[in-house]
Amino acid sequence: MRRVYLDHLSATPLLPEAFEAMKPYFIEAFGNASSLHQYGLQVRDAIARARSQLAALINAPSAEDIIFTSDGTESANLAIKGVAYANQRRGNHLVVSEIEHPSVLNSVEFLEKQGFTCTRVKVDGEGMVNPEDVRAAITDKTILVAVHHVNHDIGTIEPIREIGRICAEKGVPFYVDAEASAGWLPIDVQQMGASLLSFSPHKFYGPKGVGVLYRNKKARLVSILHGGVQEGGRRSGTENVPAIVGAGVAAEVALRELNQRFAHTSRLQKKLWEGLKANVPYIKLNGPEPGPRRAPHTLNISTEFIEGEGQLLMCDLNGIAVASGSSCVSKSLKISHVLAAIGLDHALAQGNIIMSLGKDTTDEDIDYVVEKFSKVVVPKLRNMSPMWDEFQRGIIDSVISPTGRGRSFTEHAAAVSGKPAH
Amino acid sequence: MSETYTLYNQTVMDHFMNPRNMGDLPDADGVGEVGAAACGDIMKISLKIQDGKITDARFKTFGCGSAIASSSMATELIKGRTVEEALNFSNQEVVDALGGLPPVKIHCSVLAEEALKAALEDYLKKHPEVAAKVQQKEAEKAATPETANA
Repeated sequence: MRRVYLDHLSATPLLPEAFEAMKPYFIEAFGNASSLHQYGLQVRDAIARARSQLAALINAPSAEDIIFTSDGTESANLAIKGVAYANQRRGNHLVVSEIEHPSVLNSVEFLEKQGFTCTRVKVDGEGMVNPEDVRAAITDKTILVAVHHVNHDIGTIEPIREIGRICAEKGVPFYVDAEASAGWLPIDVQQMGASLLSFSPHKFYGPKGVGVLYRNKKARLVSILHGGVQEGGRRSGTENVPAIVGAGVAAEVALRELNQRFAHTSRLQKKLWEGLKANVPYIKLNGPEPGPRRAPHTLNISTEFIEGEGQLLMCDLNGIAVASGSSCVSKSLKISHVLAAIGLDHALAQGNIIMSLGKDTTDEDIDYVVEKFSKVVVPKLRNMSPMWDEFQRGIIDSVISPTGRGRSFTEHAAAVSGKPAH
Repeated sequence: MSETYTLYNQTVMDHFMNPRNMGDLPDADGVGEVGAAACGDIMKISLKIQDGKITDARFKTFGCGSAIASSSMATELIKGRTVEEALNFSNQEVVDALGGLPPVKIHCSVLAEEALKAALEDYLKKHPEVAAKVQQKEAEKAATPETANA
């Protein structure tokens, strides 16, 4: 059976050259970067090289602006809490978009319990933040604005430069979560006006276990992990040297191949969506159409009358690895907060899957996915679905292409469950 | 990858991949359709009942792998049972027969029990004479000290 991996937003395979570069740092060059002898100095050099490679990927003014953490979650926690605590004498108000990653939203929620306040800026039906809404949300107590570069669920590219300009004008630090874009879209922290920006090398063929936080020297930040003075006192704890070395190589290759990867994935993204649209009736793309407002490597689709986890499982049984924002996939039994925020009908949010492409995805892979999804996955699940049958009989209507017959799926679901869907 | 890893155990996966009794019964004696408020899944069970016994059962499910497997297993378990027995059906039977479900998915088996009971209610509504008999038996049972829970 053919295997097609379409979950590059979760993890990517490590680049062989990154793996080769990492190898000496497990057994031979095992020293602790804080040690002052040959063993320590050797790895200190390796970390400095990686810092420069990562700074280059995002055009950071100085390699010293790069802080290594353990992953994206830690970077987001450090950016949000570190800036909030450092500026609490100036103010206690934060501004974030309502569709940020949970590592951002939950950090903010944590701060709210300690007396900070937050304005969650709404997004439009495609997940786009209006920069003027950010401007309106900023008060004289605002100490941080956080808006991600690309949404992790629906691939929307936010108007970061405009928001960056507003933050600069108001003198408020601006944190950009670039987890879903680094290595796929050009990033220039200076043009963006970002005071802080985070990303994870494992999303662009680097290793797991390392995260990156860029911090402009003008942005005040206090450590949230207390211990030694690693990373300039901003992040205590022994550096994960092999992962940092691998991250550096992955960043260097990503920068070199950025245009090529962008062209390749955006072409296949278009081909995949066109193929699915032409072959699967009652299917909808969530987020912007492929093009300048959408990340090149991800599609978020809702297929009506069938549920997302079932689609994921059926895809997996056919060798296709995808993700889903359906409530059945989440441990909290809630649909993705992003899909809820863009006002997607509950039935469509329930039937949602996310396909994210990579640099090694081929035309044949896309042909295979379109074929299997339209001829096996969807018909098999629709055949089992009472909703599909009830749609055929005019009892319920389609949300995507309404026929004017029958009640909505959501009304129907509320009637048979006795409670409205959340 | 040479090995195959599964999200659920082999029995659940088997019922998801090869569901038993999937479909509708055109001349069903009782049909129940219920939805889970928690997650939004929807399940429909159709029953054929003759001489107080369930002779056939079918399901249709809009839901995840464990919801499909739960409804498939419930229809397997219920066939051949009397209406009285079926009214005492518990979701735990589904969980046990499937060899267990992840804690967050237990509600899928509850949905299967609810769909079955909704189908039985539909049948009893159409057959008040059977409903009366069932009620009478229940009352007798409750009045008999030997069978009451001591």
